[in-house]
Amino acid sequence: MLSRRAFLATGGLLVVAFRLGRRAMAQSVPNADRFLGKPLAPDVVDSYLAVHADGSVTIFVGKVDIGTGGRIAMRQIVGEELDVPPERIAMIEGDTALTPNQGATAGSYGIARGGAQIRQAAATARQVLVTQAARRLGKPAGDLEVADGVVRTKDASASVSYGDLVGDRAFGVKVDPKAPLKSHEHFRFIGKSLRRPDIPSKVTGLHRYVHDLVLPGMLHARVIRPPAHGATLVNVDETSIGSIAGARVVRIQSFLAVVAEREWDAVRAARTLQATWTPGTGLPDAATLFDSMRAGPVVRDQEIAKKGDLSALSAPPPGITRTLTAQYRWPIQTHGSIGPSCGVAHVRADRATIWSSSQNTHGFQATAARFLGLEKDRVRVIYMDGSGSYGPNGEDDAAAEAALLSKALGRPVRVQWSRQEEHGLDPKGPAQLLELRAVVDAENEVMVWETQAWLPIATANLPNIPLLSLDAAGLPQTPGRSTGLIYQNIDPPYTMPNVNAVVHWIPDAPLRTSAIRAPGKIANTFAVESFVDEIAALTRVDPVEFRLRRLSNPRGVEVLKRAVARLGWQPRPSPRAVDPSAAVLTGRGIAYVHYKHDETLVAMGMEVAVERTTGRIRVTRVVCAQDCGLMINPDNVQAQLEGNIIQTLSRALHEEVVYDRDRVTTVDWASYPILKFPEVPALEFELIQRLDQPALGVGEAASAPVAAALGNAVFDATGVRLRTVPFRAERVKAALAGN
Amino acid sequence: MAKLALRVNGAVREIESDDPDVPLLYLLRNDLGLSGTKFGCGLAQCGACTVLVDGRAVRSCNAPARAVVGQDVVTIEGLGSDDRPDPVQSAFIAEQAAQCGYCTAGMVMTARALLAHTPRPSEQQVREALAGNLCRCGSHARVIRAVLRAAAQGGR
Repeated sequence: MLSRRAFLATGGLLVVAFRLGRRAMAQSVPNADRFLGKPLAPDVVDSYLAVHADGSVTIFVGKVDIGTGGRIAMRQIVGEELDVPPERIAMIEGDTALTPNQGATAGSYGIARGGAQIRQAAATARQVLVTQAARRLGKPAGDLEVADGVVRTKDASASVSYGDLVGDRAFGVKVDPKAPLKSHEHFRFIGKSLRRPDIPSKVTGLHRYVHDLVLPGMLHARVIRPPAHGATLVNVDETSIGSIAGARVVRIQSFLAVVAEREWDAVRAARTLQATWTPGTGLPDAATLFDSMRAGPVVRDQEIAKKGDLSALSAPPPGITRTLTAQYRWPIQTHGSIGPSCGVAHVRADRATIWSSSQNTHGFQATAARFLGLEKDRVRVIYMDGSGSYGPNGEDDAAAEAALLSKALGRPVRVQWSRQEEHGLDPKGPAQLLELRAVVDAENEVMVWETQAWLPIATANLPNIPLLSLDAAGLPQTPGRSTGLIYQNIDPPYTMPNVNAVVHWIPDAPLRTSAIRAPGKIANTFAVESFVDEIAALTRVDPVEFRLRRLSNPRGVEVLKRAVARLGWQPRPSPRAVDPSAAVLTGRGIAYVHYKHDETLVAMGMEVAVERTTGRIRVTRVVCAQDCGLMINPDNVQAQLEGNIIQTLSRALHEEVVYDRDRVTTVDWASYPILKFPEVPALEFELIQRLDQPALGVGEAASAPVAAALGNAVFDATGVRLRTVPFRAERVKAALAGN
Repeated sequence: MAKLALRVNGAVREIESDDPDVPLLYLLRNDLGLSGTKFGCGLAQCGACTVLVDGRAVRSCNAPARAVVGQDVVTIEGLGSDDRPDPVQSAFIAEQAAQCGYCTAGMVMTARALLAHTPRPSEQQVREALAGNLCRCGSHARVIRAVLRAAAQGGR
């Protein structure tokens, strides 16, 4: 048996293949394998950081930077606590042999939780270093200060560097939860918009993505998919690719692939190969998706909020009340990564290395160990950048497929998905159906509010999203569904005495699901914040005034007021008076969210122009006010907000997965269009920095109010309420015509 | 096995291929090691694979390599390096105009082609020129600013 060090040193190939040189500020660090054997336990300082003899620092981060800026923010956090400039800090991400398991990079917790963990580790390290320096210098620790990795007396009469104190030796201590954090008055790096280290190489094309990894002896593979959902392989005619030299077929039950030395040969072979499949098992009728969700059956109900007197729901007091009901529909949507998923694996008899853009390399390590039949510590999963996915797209599938093929062939294998595979087969954001009801009394007060949501149930403790290749190859895996926490934010964030909010969990979804950015919260906030506007319109109250009257959280009030001020909100009830002769109708809308009820607060104002003859919506201006507590890097925060807004506008305006009885039919950018450059609105921001508060997360929250603000603005402009996403021109045109 | 002589980033390179229809993209990435040009769709719908051919922005994913023999192909690596980025690349860095960055090279190439024939584009012209380049992360506003910045600084 190989020693652990010798086994894991295979990863050293990377450095050669990448010609990394100076580009170490990316996700890969030259000679990273020199750290193999280091501690990984999440409660140990050495798991997170190493201080080298030259005073430079390497940090080991279980959370990965998927384009979201963690690569600079983590350096700022550690640099701050250690008093080491961020440019002297190297960072290794998501490598199961080198980084502690900090959980999946998900839920906007990269900085809020992962960053907080590493900050405490760095504060502990600093405490140790200052104590050691005090001993070395014969001075009380209180007389010492740290600047740029050098501990010195305040009168500068004596000093010792971190490198001299610890240089490459282990700290050997646990993370001290009480190690004091630097007070914000002394921040030098946190709160500054330092530039991201990975952008130069991304702009020059020298950045290496998992798609670009080349290993000696590597084969290129393409997987052949069944033509219909559930179809199994009957027969494959290997002679059909006989004219493509070097291409060959790999079959494990119904898992079918072609491999070749040259990538284009694999592509050609995949297109040429003749195979016979059974008929599919059939997908449900897409036309009745929402009706069947509404009809049930329901697995169980979950109370999200239940308070006060709900009797008016069943028996509205006659005469003095009005009951408002509305149904909101959110379609199935895809992650839509610009680069289809890719994975590379080298599997040998007793060990495996897998390169993946997975947002959960530690989770995938356990999964791969199961299906490869290896002990977990014999599988190393190394994160490499992929194409932004904002949730699990096909990346784990591609990595698993590469691993199965590498195991079968004994050579490194790269699996690259096609555009059609990514659009057709990545696990989808599920459809959501919400029905809202409010009873309003004679004084225009909301007597009772009710939200009912019909959502597909997630499987508790599911180890991984079921992988296509394992089912096809007849390998065991736990069946089930992953969705993210799609039930959050279905109740109103306002002071209302009588509220019933319930999720009816339905057992199934037509297509495989996974988390997609801000899982569930976009549709839920769309429904809740649209319905708030419907009540405000019914009672002829300005939408901002309606919200402010019922908003008790002072931080919520502040974001709402700042968004309104920035937008130049003209108080009046919606809709505005529509000029019957106008070809273009303009309006403004507002929406608010307290993300996951206790995290980031966002208010979003939007201005739109609606073309009456075509139904086309032009979003002209978006104002976003956000309080996410501490902002480590404000420009990074703003970049995340830009992404949240643009991506969610795209989802709200354009995006819907369509399928027939056999398969998904929206399998390219023509049939599944996304927002393009000419449509991008003016974006303005009010970012509230709270240096003395915890960081609350920025990767998702600002996406939640986008669709509601958009729908509210369209209502203000046209008097027509859009309750079904996407707001494509033909749908809007029909709505404007009263259909 | 036929040989194709391609002029890429100023140097003539001979590449063997037994398929006359092999798209330029695969030769750039795999045979010449120029992996800055990305595969996005293979359908000329997303722009991630954009390169310059005689100064025009071309989708290398479905351009047969034989069709560009005798023409000047420039890839993202042919513009500048981390140390010496070209003006468009510098502007992208200054505006921090990338998130995951997978689509970025294609946008830089499209912007280069635009500025070559329209040195001082309006914002609307920049948006229209980039309409065939898709981005999922939502870096669009920064990309637009970057191209306008490059133009203002005379970056052709």
